[in-house]
Amino acid sequence: MVVGWFTGEGDGFRLLGTRCAACASVFFPREDHHCRNPACAGGALVEVPLSRRGRVWSYTDSRYRPPSPYVSDPELPWDPCALIAVELEAERIVVLGQAAPGVTVADLTVGMEVEVVPGVLHEDTETTWTTWHWRPTGVKA
Amino acid sequence: MTGEVAVLGAGMHPWGKWGRNFVEYGVAAARAALTDAGLDWRDIGSIIGADTVRGGYPGYVAGATFAKALGWQGARVTSVYAACATGAQAVDAARAQILSGQAEVVLVVGADAAPKGFFRPAGGHRPDDPDWLRFRVLGATNPVYFGLYARRRMAVHGDTPDDFAQVKVKNAEMGALNPHARYRKRVTAEEVAASAVVADPLRLLDICATSDGGAAVVLSSLEFARRHGDADPVRIRAVSTVTPRYPNTVLDLPDVATDSAVAVDPPAETFRMSIARAAYEEAGVGPEDLSLAEVYDLSTALEVQWYEDLGLCAEGEGAKLLRDGETALGGRIPVNASGGLASFGEAVPAQAIAQVCELAWQLRGEAGQRQVAGARVGISANQGLFGHGSAVIAVR
Repeated sequence: MVVGWFTGEGDGFRLLGTRCAACASVFFPREDHHCRNPACAGGALVEVPLSRRGRVWSYTDSRYRPPSPYVSDPELPWDPCALIAVELEAERIVVLGQAAPGVTVADLTVGMEVEVVPGVLHEDTETTWTTWHWRPTGVKA
Repeated sequence: MTGEVAVLGAGMHPWGKWGRNFVEYGVAAARAALTDAGLDWRDIGSIIGADTVRGGYPGYVAGATFAKALGWQGARVTSVYAACATGAQAVDAARAQILSGQAEVVLVVGADAAPKGFFRPAGGHRPDDPDWLRFRVLGATNPVYFGLYARRRMAVHGDTPDDFAQVKVKNAEMGALNPHARYRKRVTAEEVAASAVVADPLRLLDICATSDGGAAVVLSSLEFARRHGDADPVRIRAVSTVTPRYPNTVLDLPDVATDSAVAVDPPAETFRMSIARAAYEEAGVGPEDLSLAEVYDLSTALEVQWYEDLGLCAEGEGAKLLRDGETALGGRIPVNASGGLASFGEAVPAQAIAQVCELAWQLRGEAGQRQVAGARVGISANQGLFGHGSAVIAVR
């Protein structure tokens, strides 16, 4: 669905951004055309993996089924999904993502450490759509 | 040349879920504004339509749509879209035409017929559209972002869900006094706490509904106003339409991530703060001069954030300002005397115009039971998707 946003498996799983070769600005989702720093004349945009761990900036959840184009099975009861905004220290960026399955708002606090893990967004008989999840460190699926 | 324009007329169609076409609401609001101004539609040299994306093709060309419905009379026409800032951009376009001499008197109209439930992006498979992606990849509705801001305030400033509920209690109290509001019932903190959680920690009554509604204003040069017999009209002294400064480090709709601050330190003020500052600078007034403020309370917690962004109190002290009753009717700086979005719900292109209507009525002393005593200076504030600033300062 979205190409080149993440890569790898297990402990090697990483979000992928791009970095401007001239000013070192980092972009996620990846910016492949022009550096968006207005003070930068622009350099090549190079793919970089983002930090695996970060700290919770804030979090919330969706207690009601989100509308399309989010895909969920209307036959099944809606299972509230937590969303976590995570501050990555090295990149000085905040990245939003779904929490790993089973992680609820009750498990979270602002400032706690989380790590990025591979996840499944949706699957049907033909396709599995993969994504990234944030999961508190020290918690195993 | 003065930088001010006169607000000669203001009008609304009552907000609600009426199930009719947006054109009907816009035309009703326009006719009300013309009547209020004491002008005939044929006196209007220019019409500006605030676009609705939900109104189909006529909604994208709202200026001409309203002009046709009112009866073609040859006026100059403009249509503008800037999501929630649409109305402010329409007012700004009208002001620019008046100050440049392109038009003497301009009718600004916005109306919407919003669907029930969450706003959602346009259809189709569109992975190059950030608004589509946030729904498809994250299921991140607008309330999700409001929930993130609310939780962040709780963690950083110690705000509580009851603080947020008090915003609803206050706004519902004022909305009950406003005949144009959709919700006219007072609400208790217990009722807020008993409503379903939508996006933790926010509940149904913390979050604004989607509505049908329309609003319109008639703006003119001060010279036209004088000739028309209005020597002391409400005047618009500033319209803020600024964009953010890189890096924008507060996660905002519809983005999946913030700008990175790794190469450039973040600006000293956030985007929302810069919206207000630009308006204050243009108007030559400060927060201490305000009689009232109309802000986008998309959620209760967001209203508290605006207190700080507008400089009504220091950072982190929004909840205290609320608890002290300063933002209620009779307080030092009443906020959302109209009842706000809590009482109206969102009719996107109309709302920023509706805010200006409320400022006009308040500054004229015509706001009835919700009148802010002795109102002289008012600000409206909101922001549009993709970094559209929006604030208007009106004076009397």
